[in-house]
Amino acid sequence: MIDSEANTSAFDGPDASGHFGPYGGVFVGETLVNAVEELAEVYARLSQDQDFWREYDAQLQHYVGRPSPLYFAERLTEACAGAKIYLKREDLNHTGAHKINNTIGQALLAKAMGKTRIIAETGAGQHGVASATVAARLGLECHVYMGAEDIVRQAPNVYRMKLLGANVVSVESGSRTLKDAMNEALRDWAGNVDNTYYIIGTVAGPHPYPQLVRDFQCVIGREARAQSLQQTGALPDALVACVGGGSNAIGLFHPFLDDREVTMYGVEAGGHGLATGAHAAPLSAGIPGVLHGNRTYLMTDDAGQIMDTHSISAGLDYPGVGPEHAWLKDLKRVQYVTATDQEALQAFHDLTSLEGIIPALESSHAIAYAMQLAARMTPEQMMVVNLSGRGDKDIETVARIEGIEL
Amino acid sequence: MRRIQVTTARASESSRKLLIPYLVAGDPDLDTTLALMHDLVIRGADIIELGVPFSDPSADGPVIQRGVERALASATSLVKVLQLVNRFRQQDALTPVVLMGYLNPVEIMGYGAFVEAAAEAGVDGVLVVDMPPAEAGELSALLQEADIDLIFLVAPTTSPARAKVITAQTSGYLYYVSLKGVTGAALTDHDSVRANIESLRALTDLPIVIGFGIKDAESARAMAALSDGVIIGSALVEQIAKLTDIADSAAHIDGTAEIISVVRDSIDGIN
Repeated sequence: MIDSEANTSAFDGPDASGHFGPYGGVFVGETLVNAVEELAEVYARLSQDQDFWREYDAQLQHYVGRPSPLYFAERLTEACAGAKIYLKREDLNHTGAHKINNTIGQALLAKAMGKTRIIAETGAGQHGVASATVAARLGLECHVYMGAEDIVRQAPNVYRMKLLGANVVSVESGSRTLKDAMNEALRDWAGNVDNTYYIIGTVAGPHPYPQLVRDFQCVIGREARAQSLQQTGALPDALVACVGGGSNAIGLFHPFLDDREVTMYGVEAGGHGLATGAHAAPLSAGIPGVLHGNRTYLMTDDAGQIMDTHSISAGLDYPGVGPEHAWLKDLKRVQYVTATDQEALQAFHDLTSLEGIIPALESSHAIAYAMQLAARMTPEQMMVVNLSGRGDKDIETVARIEGIEL
Repeated sequence: MRRIQVTTARASESSRKLLIPYLVAGDPDLDTTLALMHDLVIRGADIIELGVPFSDPSADGPVIQRGVERALASATSLVKVLQLVNRFRQQDALTPVVLMGYLNPVEIMGYGAFVEAAAEAGVDGVLVVDMPPAEAGELSALLQEADIDLIFLVAPTTSPARAKVITAQTSGYLYYVSLKGVTGAALTDHDSVRANIESLRALTDLPIVIGFGIKDAESARAMAALSDGVIIGSALVEQIAKLTDIADSAAHIDGTAEIISVVRDSIDGIN
């Protein structure tokens, strides 16, 4: 069952109406309300069903390859001359990131609901690949909405999705990135609501998505908690994870929330720096508003228009964030910080050269902050960093930035 | 009595079907919208729905999305839309104006400030596409105090139990979404519309109007026959798009809203 090993009672959310304090909720057009409520009912029932979780756990073990290792990054630790850095290796999952934990779970829901068609939005393409993967396995039609700009940035993942049989729809409206892909997926869902299951890839969107995506990602934190105790005899002093929508971060953090001695850092995309305005850091520099089905911190201007965001990493290039993160920020349980494009790029190289692990540019933000943090801590202390995805998909981007032709 | 109530009661007495055009405020600029609003009234519009542009119109189809993009390109904001209503009111004290849009601009302005400004400008109704009744509590109370109607949508996917909740919280008129999809999609299933409107009649005495797939005289006539009136959005916005490249478009609206006259003719005389 969910979080049976960790006591998170002080942070139990959402409430019955889908709110985390003032955040979350169900802010969608009337056409979709019924679908969202039906999903909430189905999930409320299945999440109490031992068989459902047994099936989920079995698929994670045999298909995804869980548990993922907790790896002591010795040379990275030496380089920082501070706290011991352990990496939670979500990059070793099938399809290369934490996203598959969620799509496996939501595919089980889609199957239980008898849906024949899957839609998803994607930024970096990892969630699109993970959705196309589960759709292929179930033999379901799959349409992935992706911003036209991201299609250019993440060409290898586009091809992977096509190989898996998905139809990748280029979204040309708005800023042509993740937020516009989500708008388009919502439009598709409204038009095909009878037969379609919408697999949202992060802990945002209308209730129950923030809850169920979190529950599926909590396997990361449950494993990391047990592995920390087993490998080091103690809980970590700190947790670090990157935050776009925030699914890998909440997955790591949630099972530790009641362990008050564990400090947590969510690292947002600082882009060119917060002062420039060219970033994707709503928790660090935004205000509460309503977008894509939930109330949360947003990058919005004085007139309530959603602002264009910038990040080197397509997966973090989103103006909103999951409502539970908004709540945890206000409760001061998690500290939200940023790493710039440059810092992430440097960390991408550092981890690659020191540990032989090429991280996703998203995860590189977490690595960048973790290295700074480790240097401020003592060698007796220990931290877990969520290495949420591998960097194969980003090799072209990095080469392009550095003026190298492949 | 509220302006919408006056208008709908009078229409009901004279067996006139309500004709409600929707246009995006500021598309392509605010002066043109103002000129079009007066023109719509002359052509037989009973109520005007004014779309408040939002950067992420996730319930709208491509035609209205492009209208919104044009409006945002001319820097239209919620505050400017309220000023537009105020300007309209200086010449037209009778035609109800309903603002239709998404919650975030209202949320950022602040509910209190918005309602106060809307009342002052002469706004009669508000429809927030992504704010279901369950999330409407605070705004609903403020609008009620200010005598502004809060209009909700009922969709083909709305369950009977939900329809009951929605009709209880709606004032002004009830907006029935004729199809599963976004604005401007194709309307096909007339029989289910008929059945759903009939069951809504049992729940409310409010006027029920139909919107989302109505694009010509024929579909307007069919839908008006089943209800108290029709809303025309995408078909009008599609014509407004042609004004984009015209300098001083406010002076050249000519036949842009002809579709509204055509629809007026087609629905007059239906009982």
